[in-house]
Amino acid sequence: MQVDEATVQRIAGLARIKVTPEEAKALQTELSGILNWVEQLDEVDTSAVEPMTRVVPIALPKRKDEVTDGEIPDQVTKNAPQTEDHFFVVPKVIE
Amino acid sequence: MARAQTSKLIRGGTGDWEVVIGMEVHAQVASRSKLFSGSATAFGGEPNSHVSLVDAAMPGMLPVINEACVAQAVRTGLGLKAEIHLRSIFDRKNYFYPDLPQGYQISQYKHPIVGEGEVEIEVEGETKTVGIERLHLEQDAGKSIHDQHPDYSYVDLNRSGVALMEIVSKPDLRSAKEAQAYVTKLRTILRYLGTSDGDMEKGNLRADVNVSVRKPGEPLGTRCEIKNVNSIRFIGQAIEVEARRQIDILEDGGKISQETRLFDPGRGETRSMRSKEEAHDYRYFPDPDLLPLELEQGWVDDLAKDLPELPDEKRARFMTDYGLSAYDASVLVAERESADYFEAVATGRDGKTAANWVINELFGRMNKEGRDIEHSPVSAKQLGGLVELISSGVISGKIAKDLFEILWTEGGDPAEIVETRGMKQVTDTGAIEKAVDEIIAANPDKAEQAKLKPNLLGWFVGQVMKSSGGKANPSAVSDILKTKLGIE
Repeated sequence: MQVDEATVQRIAGLARIKVTPEEAKALQTELSGILNWVEQLDEVDTSAVEPMTRVVPIALPKRKDEVTDGEIPDQVTKNAPQTEDHFFVVPKVIE
Repeated sequence: MARAQTSKLIRGGTGDWEVVIGMEVHAQVASRSKLFSGSATAFGGEPNSHVSLVDAAMPGMLPVINEACVAQAVRTGLGLKAEIHLRSIFDRKNYFYPDLPQGYQISQYKHPIVGEGEVEIEVEGETKTVGIERLHLEQDAGKSIHDQHPDYSYVDLNRSGVALMEIVSKPDLRSAKEAQAYVTKLRTILRYLGTSDGDMEKGNLRADVNVSVRKPGEPLGTRCEIKNVNSIRFIGQAIEVEARRQIDILEDGGKISQETRLFDPGRGETRSMRSKEEAHDYRYFPDPDLLPLELEQGWVDDLAKDLPELPDEKRARFMTDYGLSAYDASVLVAERESADYFEAVATGRDGKTAANWVINELFGRMNKEGRDIEHSPVSAKQLGGLVELISSGVISGKIAKDLFEILWTEGGDPAEIVETRGMKQVTDTGAIEKAVDEIIAANPDKAEQAKLKPNLLGWFVGQVMKSSGGKANPSAVSDILKTKLGIE
C-alpha cells in the first residue's frame, strides 16, 4: 500500500503534528513501508477467528461506587503551564 | 409504510413537507463516583476539585470501571424494553479539545451495552411507539469557560470522566411535539428507575437533535444535527426553526449540507458549528486499557427483578384499580413522587375523589405557589383524611375546600378540625326540612313554577345550601325539595 503526501498531511493534522513538505516525503516512504509489512497478515484467513482481547483468562476488574479519590486540585494543576484559581488556563478556543 | 398525518406536515410554497427527527440523549448516570475513577460526581465544587489523576489523564493512569454505572445502564436498558448485550466493548473516540485531557473519549462504538428497545409516547391523544436504536456508556468531558478572559479559555475537569448514557432513538419522530413528548417520557422513565436525575438545568440531560425534511413518501433527506439542546422548550423551537430553514433552502432550489449546528435561543435560529473540511474523523479503536465488559445473565435477571413499576404500567394500574381516566392517570404518573403521593391518598378510599383533590386542588395550589410535591404543606395522610370525610358524607364538597385551606395554611388533623370548628354536614332531615319549608314559603311563585320547570330545582338547592352555610348535605336537600315541590 502506497501512502501519498495528502494522506500524511491528513494524519499529521489529526494528530496535531506539524509536518514540513520534506518531512512528509520521508514519512510517505516510512508509513508505506510499515503498512506493506503489516499487509503480510492479509495472507492469513481470519474470518472465523475472534479478535484476541487477552492472553490470560481474566475478567475486566470492577470498582465499587465509592468516592475514594480527587480533592487534589493543587496536584492536578501542578504541571500546567498556566493556571488561575485552580483552573487550567489555555489559549482561547471557541468553535 | 403508514401515511403521514396531515396535521404534522409543514406547509411550504411547493406543497407539504414532512419533518423526520431522531434524537441522541445524553443522560448523566446517577452514581457517587465517576465511570473509571474514584472521584466524586457531585455538582458544583471548586474548579478541578472532583478530579483524580485518572480524570486529568496523567501518564500511566489506568481506568477501572465503576460496576454501579454498568448496573444503571443495564437497568435503563431493561426499562426501555431493550436487548441487553452480555458482552460490550469500550472504544477510544479520538479528538483534541482542551477539556478532554486524554485526547480521546472512552465510549462504546460497535458493541454497545444495550441494543434495540422502545418508548411509548402520547401526543394529542394518539399513542406512538418510538424505536430505541441503542444505549451506550461513555465519559463526559470537562468544561471550558470562554468569557473570563479575552485571550484565554479556563478549563475545569470536574465533569471529566462522569458516566453518561447516550440513548439513540430511531428516526421515528415526525414533529416538534413528538420529539418533546419523547424526551419528556424518557426523562420520566430514567427518574422512575433512579438511573439519572434528568436535571436539564444542571446539564444532566441534554439532547442532540437530528432533523431532516422530505416530501411525504419520498426517501430521507440530508440531515443536520443540532447539538446540546438543553430544555424541552428549546428542543421544540430548534426543530421548528431548523425544519423551516431546510424547507426554505430546498424550495429555493438549494441543497442541504450535512453538518452540526447550534441552536441560539436568543435569536431563535440555528447556525453552523463546524465547516465540512474540518469534519471529524474520530478513528475509533478498542481501548487497550479495558477488557471487554462481560455480564452474567443471572446478574441481569436480578436487576430485572428489582426494577420498579414504570410509568406505563402504573398508569394502566391506576385506571383499573382506581377507575381513573387516562388523562388523570397520566398526570399522576408523570413524576414518581406525585404517583406515590396519590396512592397514599387513595389507598382504601375513593380513587376518583382522591385524584380530583390531588390534581385539581393540591397541584393547582402548588403550581400557583411554585412548590413541588416534596414540599407540599398538606401531607398525603391529611388529604386522605379529607377525602374520607367527603366520602363518608361528614362534610360537603364545598366545606372540604374550606378544610383544605385550613390544612394548607394552619395544618392539623382533618377530622379534629371538622369536629371542633363545627364544619360537619347537616344530614339531620328534620333540620333540612325546616330550611326547605322556609325557602318554599318565602318563594311561593317559584315553587309553583317548579312543578312545570323542574330545572328550577337547582336554584332551590342553592338557596337551601346558602341558608345552611354550606353544611347541608346537597343530595338530601335535593331529595327533600323534590318531594315538597312535587317534582318527579
